[in-house]
Amino acid sequence: MVFNNKHFLDLKSLSEQEIHYILNTAQQMKYTITSSKAAAVAPHLKGKTVATLFHQESSRSKLSYELAAYNLSAKVINLTTSRQFQSGESLKDIGRTVDQMGADFIVLRHPVAGGPHYLAKFVDASVINAGDGLNENPSQALIDLLTILEMKKIFKGLKVVMIGDIEHNRVAKSNIWGLTKLGAKVSIAAPPTLIPSRIEELGVEVYNSISEAIIDADVIMTMKIQSERQERNLLPSLNEYKKLYKLDVNRLEYAKEDVIVMHPGPINRGIEISSKVIDGDCSLIDRQQINGVAVRMALFHLLSKKSGVSYND
Amino acid sequence: MINTLLIKNGTIFTHDKTIYNMDLLIENDKIAAIEANIIPGDNWPVIDATGLYIIPGLVDMHCDVCEPGYDYKEDYESAGESAINGGFTTITNNPNTDPVIDNKAIVEYVLTKSKKECPVNIYPYGSLTKGCAGNEIAEIGEMQIAGIVAVSDGDYPIQNPALMKTILNYCSMFDMPVILHCEDIALSNGHGVNDGLISTQLGLIGAPEVAETVALSRNILLAEAYNVHVHVCHVSTRRSLDLIRSAKRNGVKITAETSPQYFTMDESSILDFNSYGKVNPPLRTKEDVQAIIKGIGDGTIDVISSDHKPDTIDSKDVEFELASYGISSFETAFSLAYTKLVDSKVINMEQLVQKMSYKPAHILGLCKGRLCLDGVADLTIFDPNASFLVEARNFKSKANYSPYDGMILKGLVKYTIVGGKKYNANTDTIVFPTAAYDTDEFESNNHD
Repeated sequence: MVFNNKHFLDLKSLSEQEIHYILNTAQQMKYTITSSKAAAVAPHLKGKTVATLFHQESSRSKLSYELAAYNLSAKVINLTTSRQFQSGESLKDIGRTVDQMGADFIVLRHPVAGGPHYLAKFVDASVINAGDGLNENPSQALIDLLTILEMKKIFKGLKVVMIGDIEHNRVAKSNIWGLTKLGAKVSIAAPPTLIPSRIEELGVEVYNSISEAIIDADVIMTMKIQSERQERNLLPSLNEYKKLYKLDVNRLEYAKEDVIVMHPGPINRGIEISSKVIDGDCSLIDRQQINGVAVRMALFHLLSKKSGVSYND
Repeated sequence: MINTLLIKNGTIFTHDKTIYNMDLLIENDKIAAIEANIIPGDNWPVIDATGLYIIPGLVDMHCDVCEPGYDYKEDYESAGESAINGGFTTITNNPNTDPVIDNKAIVEYVLTKSKKECPVNIYPYGSLTKGCAGNEIAEIGEMQIAGIVAVSDGDYPIQNPALMKTILNYCSMFDMPVILHCEDIALSNGHGVNDGLISTQLGLIGAPEVAETVALSRNILLAEAYNVHVHVCHVSTRRSLDLIRSAKRNGVKITAETSPQYFTMDESSILDFNSYGKVNPPLRTKEDVQAIIKGIGDGTIDVISSDHKPDTIDSKDVEFELASYGISSFETAFSLAYTKLVDSKVINMEQLVQKMSYKPAHILGLCKGRLCLDGVADLTIFDPNASFLVEARNFKSKANYSPYDGMILKGLVKYTIVGGKKYNANTDTIVFPTAAYDTDEFESNNHD
C-alpha cells in the first residue's frame, strides 16, 4: 500500500510515490466515468457520507466534489460556513458537529491558511483540503498534474512555466510543490510584488520577463489576476499587467512547438491570456474539468479505508 | 519580633562579583549579614543552599499583567505566583490594560490593588498616548508623581512621526525611559510569521524585518534629536542590532532588550501552524537568532525580559492566522536564558544577573538588582545543575500552555525571596538526575 494517509491536506507533505499513486488511481476513475455512463456510478463509498464545508457560496470545485461523491454512491451534505463564522462559532466546533453527525469525509475550503490541518487534529472523518487561505489547493493542482501526465507522459525534465500572481494563488503553490517533487523544472514569471519571499529556495527559477521564462517551455500555466491586487498597489494597472504579462500568440512562439497551455480558472479573457490562445489548439482548459471529478473520486477512494467515526469502540 | 532567615553555603552572584560558600542572614526585609559560617540561632529557619546559586531577585521590564480589565487572562495573584516560580521578585505592568493606564487614578488603583494581592513587587508603566491609541499624549507628569517608573504604549507602536517627535520632546523633561515597541504597522501587516521561506511554505503573509528596522531607525533618530532615553523592547533581527550598536557608538541614549523566544526559537518553530510560537515581532531566521545571541554576548542587548504575554487557551487553540500573539513566559524565561546563554557559555553568571536584574532595575531607577548589606532582601535561589521538565499545565500563570512544554531545561528556581519573605518555587517540577541529561535540545557545548 503506497498511500496510507488519513487526511489529504497538502502536496507539500506528500512523497513523489504518493502523488503518482493518486494520479494512477485517478486515471482508473476517469476510465470508469468516461467509458460508459451506465457504469459511472461505482459502489466504493456506499454508506459513506461526504460533507462539504465551504466558507463561501461556490463554485465549480464544490460541484466537482459532490459529483465525485455521487459517482461513488456516497451521501452528500453541505454547509456554507461563513454564516457560522460570522456568529462567532469556531472551526473546531463546526467541524466536530459535522464529524459526530457521522460524516466520513469533510471537504473544507477555509479563508485562512492551515484551517484543514487544524481541523484534522479533532475529527475522525478524513479532512480534504479544498483550499486554505493563500496556502494550498492540492486537489486542484492534482488535476493540472493529471492533465500534464496525460499529455506529456512524464514529468522528469519537463519545463513548466507559471505566469502571474503566484503569491495569492494557492493552486500555484500546490503546483509548485507537486511539480518539483515529480522532477519537473518549474519557472515562474511575475512582477516582484506578486512573487512569494525566497520561493527560489523551493527549487523554482524566478523571472520577471515572461518571454525569457517561456523559452522552450513544455507547459505554460497562467494564473488569474484579481483586481484587488491593483487596489493594494501591488500592480499599477491591469493595462500595464496585460502589456507585460499577457500570454498571447506572439509570446507563445518562444515555447516549444508542442507546448500545452493551462489555466486553473476562472479566466479573465484578454488580461492574463488572450482569447486566441485560450481557444487555440494548445489550450487544455476543458479537459481539466473532467479530470477534476476523476481526481476527487480517487481521493475519496484512497482515503476511505481510514475515514469516519466508529461508534463501536 | 524579628523574622530571621539564614541561607547557608550558597554561591552568590551579583552583577559584578562572585562569592563562594557564603552565608546570608536576612532579618525582616533586609539583608543583615553576609559572612562565612554564621551560626544559626535557636529556631531560625535555615535554607541549605549547598550547590545552589543565590542572585539578586530578577527584575522584569516587559510583561503584561492584564489587570485591570483582562483578569481572565491573568491577574495580580496569578501573575505574582507565576513570577515567583520564574524567580522574578519585581515585575512591571504594561499599560495596555482596560482601562489603559493613562491617568493617575488608574496608576493609584494598580499600585494599591497589586500591593494587596500580588506577592511580588509590581511597578506600573504609564501609557504614552491616551488609551494607547496613538493620537493624543497622556498625562505623563501626573502619572510620574503617582508612581509610574517608565512610559510605554506596550505593544502598540506609535505610527505618526510628528506625534512621536512631540512625545519624545515632551518626555525629555522626565527622568524616565521611554519604552518603545518598534513596528511600522503598514509594513508588518502580516500573520505573525517572518516574511521569508517559512511564510512562503505555509502560505501565510509574512511581516518583513524592515517593519521593525524602519520604525527603529526613525525612533533612534528622534531620540538623538531630542536627547531622550529610549529603551527598545523585544529586538528580534540582526539589522536591528546593527542599528542599536551604531546608535550607542554615536552617543544616543538608547538601551535595548530582547526576550527568550528570540534567542531560543527561530521561524521554523511555527511549521505545522504551531500557534504557540506566534509572537510579535515574529520569530525570525536562524541567522537572526545567532545575531541576537552575539548581541547579548557583546552587550548590545542590555536587558533580557520575559515578554510574558498571557492569553486564554481559546485564543491560541484556533487557526494560526486567527490566534493571539504571545507566550506565557515568566516560568521559563530565566531557565531558558540560563540554559541557552550561561550553560552554553555565551555569557557568564554575572552578566546574566546584570541583564535580568541589575540593568533593568538601573534603567527603571529602582533600588533593586543588588545584593548588599542592609539592602532589601529580594533574592532568587536556584539550582544550576538541576535538569527539569517544563510542564506547562503546572504553570501558576492562567495561561498554562507554552511552546517550551516538554522541553528539558537547566537552572531550576528553588526559592524566591521577596522583601525577606520566602516562597518555595516549582515544588512539583520533575527534576532529572544531573548526569542523565545534557540538555541536548539546545546542542549545549557544555560537557563537563
